[in-house]
Amino acid sequence: MTTPAALPATPHTPTVLTAPTEPIIVDAQHLNVSFGNSHALKDVTLPIPAKRVTALMGPSGSGKSTFLRALNRMHDRTPSARVTGQVLFDGQDILGPGLDIVQLRQRMGMIFQKPVVFPKSIFENVAFAVRVQGGLKHAAIADRVEHSLRQAALWDEVKDRLRQSAVGLSGGQQQRLCIARALAVEPEVLLLDEPTSALDPVATLKVEDLVRDLAQTYTIAIVTHNLQQAGRLSHYSGFFLLGSLIEFGPTQEVFERPRDKRTEDFITGRFG
Amino acid sequence: MNEVRSVTGAATSAATTHRRTRITVRGMALGDFVLQNGTLLIVIAVLALIAGVFWVVLASSMPTIHQFGWQFLTNQAFDPDHNSFGVGPAIFGTIVTSVFALVFAAPLGIGAAVFLVEFCPRRARTSLAFFTDLLATVPSVVFGLWGFLVLAPWMQHSGEPWLKLHLGFLPFFVGTPRGVGLLTAGMILTVMILPLVIAIAREVMQIVPNEQREALLALGATRWEVVRYAILPFARVGITGGVILALGRALGETIAVTLVIGNQANKISPDLFATGYTLPSVIANQFGEATPGLFRSAVIEAGLILIVMTLIVNVLARLLIARMGRHHRVGGLVA
Ligand SMILES: Nc1ncnc2c1ncn2[C@@H]1O[C@H](COP(=O)(O)OP(=O)(O)O)[C@@H](O)[C@H]1O
Ligand SMILES: [Mg+2]
Repeated sequence: MTTPAALPATPHTPTVLTAPTEPIIVDAQHLNVSFGNSHALKDVTLPIPAKRVTALMGPSGSGKSTFLRALNRMHDRTPSARVTGQVLFDGQDILGPGLDIVQLRQRMGMIFQKPVVFPKSIFENVAFAVRVQGGLKHAAIADRVEHSLRQAALWDEVKDRLRQSAVGLSGGQQQRLCIARALAVEPEVLLLDEPTSALDPVATLKVEDLVRDLAQTYTIAIVTHNLQQAGRLSHYSGFFLLGSLIEFGPTQEVFERPRDKRTEDFITGRFG
Repeated sequence: MNEVRSVTGAATSAATTHRRTRITVRGMALGDFVLQNGTLLIVIAVLALIAGVFWVVLASSMPTIHQFGWQFLTNQAFDPDHNSFGVGPAIFGTIVTSVFALVFAAPLGIGAAVFLVEFCPRRARTSLAFFTDLLATVPSVVFGLWGFLVLAPWMQHSGEPWLKLHLGFLPFFVGTPRGVGLLTAGMILTVMILPLVIAIAREVMQIVPNEQREALLALGATRWEVVRYAILPFARVGITGGVILALGRALGETIAVTLVIGNQANKISPDLFATGYTLPSVIANQFGEATPGLFRSAVIEAGLILIVMTLIVNVLARLLIARMGRHHRVGGLVA
């Protein structure tokens, strides 16, 4: 990616923010993340509206993944990571002490750039997510697996080979399997980190269709460095640069009338 | 091939108008030629050496093979005075002590590796790992001495009486506590192969991609579930390989076992307090006195049997790993 070297070095300019009119389900306020000496996320305030698709755009290394991973406390695994600020999820600060992280992660599913299927059968990949969540009997698990695979628009393609290894699926199918697996845990929010960047165009469109369908029921935050994808899919868009959220608002506004010069440059393809 | 090279060579060096000449043998650069044929030669030499050793061992075992046939494997006496030889108790002792070591070292070692890789704080991990690796470098004679001077007396006065008192209803803990014997040998072997199991299990767990862990955590899995569903299945093939490697080591371990097993076996019994023999300890004990003839042949045949046993274990291990690998290998690559 191009380094935006020509940009003015004003990392802490406040975000140009048009607040959503919908109810906010995840509300990040003054979120900072640093790894050792590197300040990867700078004072980001970003409201994610319920049952909408929110796109996070920006060049590589601008902090999009770092933001997403802060939401489900994945930075807990990185000893050097320091996270400050507030993330309200249904009103509760998930960065606060005493939070049940396992439960948080069940309520907030995450899909990664590279599909991660487990070396097990297709059925098992989804079923064991259900088992991890616990509380379901054998027959109910099979039902949940089918339901999740249908939700992920994968059922028709795999129903005759549920017992075969998931590793044999195509990349796009694997990614939808990952989505099915996340859905099987019955989350409220889905965090997708560049879910299509490893996929071919046809598979990408399928995943995009799926995301659009899922937005009826779930809240979706999707990281993408594909502008068209953000434009096609999302209701709200945020633009990250060098760890700061530069602009956030309804996608149409951000795309057609960006208010920050840097957003405009990005949207018009002048860099990144 | 040579032509292709010189053409591309000319193309790239055209600008500098200077061309490297190289000596070639049958179209191959001299260095490559020497390397390829030299290494082939070394491989052939090694194979010839192995075949030669096997041949000598086999040939030198012929007297007892003719004399006793298969009975050599089951005969309980190893009695030079009466020219009666058999290694039944030694085979039994080899298997019992090795399997004993495996049964305890495998879960302990895998558990320790899981702790080191998944739960241990980073700083402690390095030093603990270093310590377990260090344990692997302790010479076996040192383990043997420690077993003989420390473990065996302790077993005689504390360990074995305790076992007898509390688990005496089992046929394993019924004899007279002597300190030296199958149990102590098995324990020494356990300690000796433990670092190997830990090291290999740790290594294969470390190469489990981080994405696997995070994908599971993102589903709301606990760290224990991550181990159970992502780490262990993923590392299973490698761990199995490591465990069997350790078994191979236990089967062949000589000096430490010889020092603590008692080197006396009159009959095969399930009593672990009893003194015993293993194939390597028979060889180590008897070789000095083995006069040419049946006696020497018997000692060498013990070695032959040990070779065959280790070979069988290794072949089985490869088959097992190949079978498990077929199921999981692709998974490792994709995920
Ligand atoms: N675990 C980590 N340790 C150190 N630095 C990190 C870590 N994760 C991310 N970073 C840094 O944070 C910055 C933002 O990275 P990231 O959020 O992955 O960007 P994006 O997803 O927008 O491409 C980068 O400079 C990256 O090097
Ligand atoms: Mg990223």
